[in-house]
Amino acid sequence: MIKLARFLQPYRMAIAMVLLLIFLQSLSELYLPTLLADIVNLGIVRGDTAYILKIGAVMVTVAAAGALCAIGANYLSSRVAVGFSKQVRALLFTHVENFSLQEFDQIGTASLITRTTNDIAQLQQALTVMLRLMVSAPLMCIGGIIMAVSRDAELSLVLAVVIPVLALVIYLVASRGIPLFRQVQVKLDGINRVLRENLTGVRVVRAFNRTDYEKERFDQVNRDFTATSVQVNRIMGSLMPLMLLIMNLSTVAILWFGANRIDLGKMQIGDLMAFIQYAMQILFALMMLSFMFVMLPRAAVSAGRVNEVLEMEPQIKESATARTEQRAMVTTQPLPATAATGATAATTATPMAPSQLKGPAIEFDHVTFRYPGAEEPVLEDVSFTAWPGETTAIIGGTGAGKSTLLALIPRFYDVDSGSIRVGGTDVRAMTQAELRGQLGVVAQKAVLFTGTVAENIRYGNEKATDEEVRQAARIAQAADFIETMPEGYDALIAQGGANLSGGQKQRLAMARAIVRRPPIYLFDDSFSALDYKTDAKLRAALKEITNEAAVLIVAQRVSTVMEAERIIVLDQGRVAGNGSHRELMATCAVYREIVASQGAEEDAHE
Amino acid sequence: MSEQQRKQNTERSGFSFGGPRPGAAGMPVQKARDFRGTLRRLLHYLRPHRWTLAAVLLTALLSTVFNIVSPKIMGDATTKLFEGMLAKMEGLPGAAVDFPYIHRILWILVGLYGLSAIFGYLQQYLMAGVAQKIVYDLRRDVSAKLARLPLKYYDSHSHGETLSRAVNDVDTINSTLQQSLTQLLTSVITLLGIIVMMLTISPFLTLMILITLPLSAVVAKVVAAKAQPYFVNQQRTLGNLNSHVEEMFTGHAIVKAFGHEAKSIAAFHRINDHLYDAGWRAQFISGMIMPLMMLVNNLGYVLVAVAGGVMVTQRTITIGDVQAFIQYARQFAHPIGQVASIVNVMQSTVAAAERVFELLDEPEDLPEPAKVVKLTAPRGRVCFDHVRFGYSPEERLIDDLNITAEPGATIAIVGPTGAGKTTLINLLMRFYEIDGGAITIDGVDIRQVKRGELHSLFGMVLQDTWLFHGTIRDNIAYACDVASEEAVVQAAKAAHADHFIRTLPEGYDTILNEEASNISQGQKQLLTIARAILADPAILILDEATSSVDTRTEVFIQQAMRRLMKGRTSFVIAHRLSTIRDADLILVMNQGKVIEQGTHDMLLAKQEFYAELYHSQFGSNGSKESTG
Repeated sequence: MIKLARFLQPYRMAIAMVLLLIFLQSLSELYLPTLLADIVNLGIVRGDTAYILKIGAVMVTVAAAGALCAIGANYLSSRVAVGFSKQVRALLFTHVENFSLQEFDQIGTASLITRTTNDIAQLQQALTVMLRLMVSAPLMCIGGIIMAVSRDAELSLVLAVVIPVLALVIYLVASRGIPLFRQVQVKLDGINRVLRENLTGVRVVRAFNRTDYEKERFDQVNRDFTATSVQVNRIMGSLMPLMLLIMNLSTVAILWFGANRIDLGKMQIGDLMAFIQYAMQILFALMMLSFMFVMLPRAAVSAGRVNEVLEMEPQIKESATARTEQRAMVTTQPLPATAATGATAATTATPMAPSQLKGPAIEFDHVTFRYPGAEEPVLEDVSFTAWPGETTAIIGGTGAGKSTLLALIPRFYDVDSGSIRVGGTDVRAMTQAELRGQLGVVAQKAVLFTGTVAENIRYGNEKATDEEVRQAARIAQAADFIETMPEGYDALIAQGGANLSGGQKQRLAMARAIVRRPPIYLFDDSFSALDYKTDAKLRAALKEITNEAAVLIVAQRVSTVMEAERIIVLDQGRVAGNGSHRELMATCAVYREIVASQGAEEDAHE
Repeated sequence: MSEQQRKQNTERSGFSFGGPRPGAAGMPVQKARDFRGTLRRLLHYLRPHRWTLAAVLLTALLSTVFNIVSPKIMGDATTKLFEGMLAKMEGLPGAAVDFPYIHRILWILVGLYGLSAIFGYLQQYLMAGVAQKIVYDLRRDVSAKLARLPLKYYDSHSHGETLSRAVNDVDTINSTLQQSLTQLLTSVITLLGIIVMMLTISPFLTLMILITLPLSAVVAKVVAAKAQPYFVNQQRTLGNLNSHVEEMFTGHAIVKAFGHEAKSIAAFHRINDHLYDAGWRAQFISGMIMPLMMLVNNLGYVLVAVAGGVMVTQRTITIGDVQAFIQYARQFAHPIGQVASIVNVMQSTVAAAERVFELLDEPEDLPEPAKVVKLTAPRGRVCFDHVRFGYSPEERLIDDLNITAEPGATIAIVGPTGAGKTTLINLLMRFYEIDGGAITIDGVDIRQVKRGELHSLFGMVLQDTWLFHGTIRDNIAYACDVASEEAVVQAAKAAHADHFIRTLPEGYDTILNEEASNISQGQKQLLTIARAILADPAILILDEATSSVDTRTEVFIQQAMRRLMKGRTSFVIAHRLSTIRDADLILVMNQGKVIEQGTHDMLLAKQEFYAELYHSQFGSNGSKESTG
């Protein structure tokens, strides 16, 4: 929480003004009862109507001034709170954009999203309340005490008794209630969980005829939740009546002791009336403060979550030239022309001509990699070379490390030992933009963005002409379905591509990579969402344009990899075989096992 | 997602110290389409509790009344004090403050305040019980309803939507019942009580206060109306921002792979700036309501002080009454504000209730037939007899389908992804009703069998493994009410799951977490096979796909499935050549329809869809086989 306070720095003048204005407003609130006392003591007792009217006018002015101050404070605090959240959000987002996949794995995409949206909204809300209440409540409290003591110090002893009692009551109730609230939360999650399980497993539940059992299971969590809810509400329900009782009894006490003091001539009746109102203001302020203590822990949790992200250093560091890029991204300022950045990202995204790649396209040189915290490395001592003009397929079971291997090439992760060279250069020696400019990546799960079909394809190469976009779509076997859409290439794609089928999304994702015409293609199990026919057609079309490029395919189906020039067989993170289908059938047991498991063995031998 | 939901829940179940729930004025409120009807239906849930609710009303009434009478009585004490003082000042003989009187009044006050607090607590106490019970009933109804809904509902509504109705909307109703209802009650009583009390003190001063009333209403209305467009704008921009963040973070790898980070950041800044603009304005304008209302309130206060003061000097009113009046005037603003905000809360609550009732009104499964046939010792002979079906009346998918599966036969269902292979299973399990013809098991129409009994004939192993949060033992024994330890272990052994279960730290007592992510996908599949083995069904439904499993586990799964299929009629969504070739019948599906059926050799000879599919899937080698 405190760590985030540094983002309030630019607003320190505004915050000072807010404090001042709220202080003035609190003073005006406190001054009103004083004026009332004057009306009683000087006006009523003497029967001086003119004086009463005069003080009345003063009171109106004070009230109006107070309202003006409050509005001014509100104006500034709105700007501060919303500005603060804007700033933190922007910083968080830019920071996260520079994360490698490692940090994404660590925190989780869903959590990163909530942190950028909900948690920051929580902080903004907390800050608004803090600026309004947190400041005015203590001011009212202290101001009230000062005014009360100045009116009658001895009578203030009543407050000295009441305030601790009130604090104690709030503490006792809250300390019993708040842990229960946490339990309620946990139990609500339980209800949520059982319901979600019932929704996702509805077929299984019915197939196994367990509907009644599930009903009972739900009833159990429901009862459990209800019991705790009743309990917590009964405890918290005592708070309000108790607080009211304390406030009322303190009024009675003030009147009791005040009456004695008036009788002794130590106090005037107007003072007594003012005193009662001071006491009310003080106790009210205390109640507001207690409200803050409920709110603050929640905000503190959000602050902690935001901070955790901000303090996370991206694992992947750019080489010296690339550093400029990272800084530039954070500030989004125009960059030196040499560095690859915002404006220049497009330029670097334009891939080099395939002919620029001479020699091996990708070399894995004794690469070992483990995910942070994992006991076993995912990839161990992996070496192979992929050449331009060749298709290199990677096959193996899940957990064999195929997708990880592919993710290492764009440097989404850094290797633990060994090295990966793309076009002869170690990936760590290039800027990320330079490296990725040579790659056309198609991920396992097709990710599209909101926008038109053409925009999505052009994502791969912003300078592509309309014809190039169309051609890429044709190669990816996407042109047919695009043209059947009413708006064709201008058709809008909903968020997450919700209006397209899995296969259609995958084909657009391919077109996006193809339009780059990169020297290296990386396909991560990208063909599995396509039906067999489209799969075959696409691979044939791809062949024509990739005759000078290096193609890496991760696949599950033997049929997809069988025709590759080189097949790398991965087994539990190690290379178990490297060669053509024919060679591997002869030499590699793991490969034969995979082929057999897909029932193609007999065919292969016939 | 779940995290986001949890967040929302935190906010909703957050409690307040009796004040209206925070929600800035002017924020647009969701409205119900049929407010009255929904409200009436919601009230129906309150009916069984009417006596308790009457008690709540009574305690609320008493608590408030005691609270309201008190300032007036206290005023009497002040007046006595004042009179005594004045008498003393005027030097009247024997003048003294009437302390016994004052003390008596103060003791009465202590009593009244005490009673008010006790009744106040009682009211909260009773309401907690009632509110939670009502919501419990509502939740139970929703859960029972979900059990009766046809699969059609689940296939056409997202889980998130159903969950949000069953959890979030019910929770909204919960907190309204718990807090807002009693608040509304006490606020109205307080408001009326105060007016009555003020009138008894001085109709003239009451008039002065009531003048300020419309003023504050106008202020609130004008400001809220001004704030509304900014809130709408803020909400929209926030939506844009959230979806941008979601999109960029979920597509992070792609954004990076294509070097679009800077562009994404620039877009973010644009939306963020927009949000700032709309946000601070919305907040500023809605934040004006508080100080303005306070100003109006203070003006009333000054009016009472001045007019009251003048009246005291003219002896038309006592000083204690002025003091009481000031207290009343101070209390006046609070319930007005509360009622205003509760009206909003009520509106969104009724809207929430409407969504819950919509769920409760969804059409249900057809009721069970009056006369049910019992299937004893099922053999598993399955017949599709002139079956017609379509998910919607306009689109007939299955027209006159005839299949006969003898006991122990294997029926392979093949076709490209999305061809509708699950349709047949939906019909077989009677998840959907057929439009014509009949499906029989051992000669009995499945519509004449109780659903539960029908389902217990089947065992199901789907690719999308479903396990619940619980121990491995409970998950395997899911189909049985009681299963011996031995039977569970036997089933696990048959499914090749025993070994890996024993390597887990807690063995069979290992608790699978929510996403069952503490075991691998393949292991999950083995567990679902064990579950089907233990259920010992006459008919099996299998999905062979094991796409995300390592080769060794896959071999295990295959062996286990084969063992499971022995002696049972099996419907297999087939992905493996060996299964397909050995099947007694192959159903070829495309675009939702069964387009070909027959044995492997028959279909190959036909040289149509199956043949083509077969060759493309298994490569040129396959074609060699067929020609050679």
